[in-house]
Amino acid sequence: MKLSILTEGIFKNNPVMKQVLGLCPTLAVTTSAINGIAMGLATMGVLMGSNVVVSLVKNIIPAKVRIPAYVVIIATFVTLIDLSMNAFFHDLHKILGLFIPLIVVNCIVLGRAESFASKNGVFDSLLDGIGSGLGFTLTLFVLGSIREVLGNGSWFGMNLFGSGFSPAILMILPPGAFIVLGFMMAFNNFVEERRRIGRGGAQ
Amino acid sequence: MSLFLLFVGAVLVNNFVLARFLGICPFFGVSKKVETAVGMGLAVTFVMTVAGSITWIIQYTVLDRFNVGFLQTIVFILVIAALVQFVEMVIEKSSPDLYQSLGIYLPLITTNCAILGAAIINIQSGFDFLHMLVFTIGSALGFTLALVLFAGIRERIELSDIPYYFRGLPIAFITAGILALAFMGFSGLVK
Repeated sequence: MKLSILTEGIFKNNPVMKQVLGLCPTLAVTTSAINGIAMGLATMGVLMGSNVVVSLVKNIIPAKVRIPAYVVIIATFVTLIDLSMNAFFHDLHKILGLFIPLIVVNCIVLGRAESFASKNGVFDSLLDGIGSGLGFTLTLFVLGSIREVLGNGSWFGMNLFGSGFSPAILMILPPGAFIVLGFMMAFNNFVEERRRIGRGGAQ
Repeated sequence: MSLFLLFVGAVLVNNFVLARFLGICPFFGVSKKVETAVGMGLAVTFVMTVAGSITWIIQYTVLDRFNVGFLQTIVFILVIAALVQFVEMVIEKSSPDLYQSLGIYLPLITTNCAILGAAIINIQSGFDFLHMLVFTIGSALGFTLALVLFAGIRERIELSDIPYYFRGLPIAFITAGILALAFMGFSGLVK
């Protein structure tokens, strides 16, 4: 039962593929696999923190001012992550740049606070934060990997195809982000349809 | 002259949606009809300009003076949230039709990263007030332009025969990709 909260966010309710939330960082920073993972983990940190705190204070905050209150809680965690990344992972922080403070307006974080953490216990909310965070990280990792392999001929900085390979630079430029994500979503539709038909056939 | 280049650069070359990936959620959410796209674009333009000005003033008169720059994110998002609430009330009173059609996306301007993004870029680039104003208005118009163009294309896609698995969002993303490709043609325009 508890495990299902965790897996819900990764597959069934994947923030990017299913709920189509958090698109800005998804498209902007996924020029390589490592950037995708870093952005995903930073968002996951904020999600866990904000989910726990929102769930702790859910009974104290009046319903009318809950959204501003949540935003302040989220902004606090974003500032924490922003400053600690700047201190410990300075190079990554420079690459992700603007999109670290922008986690505060990532709809996933506010969405989970409003739809899950404000109605559930602390531990469940933590699990939900980890699940949604992992789902987000996974999508960013896949998107980043595809773009890095096609657009740069490398994966995690390792050269894959030797020096004769001429990469499709388009893929690491902005248009590539839209196109690859479009194909990923179509593929996702395809897989789901197949599974649906498969289940129907078994009955 | 440099102001003009800054403006053109913000509208076309570094287009907020298609080159910087800011404000993607409303870009896909409210781009089904040209009419709502125009309304959304104007609402964002207004909020962005006012929010840009207020956050600029706060940054230089409060945050820098008292050396509390680390509060930037929190203060900026609060200013934007309050402003959006205000715009929402004004639109609800003055144009109920527009209010209806913008629906959920109106309060969501708060979480539109274009607004906060513009405010932060203004500070990071060290613009003075005039440059800040030109850049913000240019960026917002660029957002509106991209949104309206995209809405026009999507209205036509509705009527065409799309492969089954690509219907809905996947084809929208690929279309946006091609639109972004077209906008890359402007990149030599401003150095």
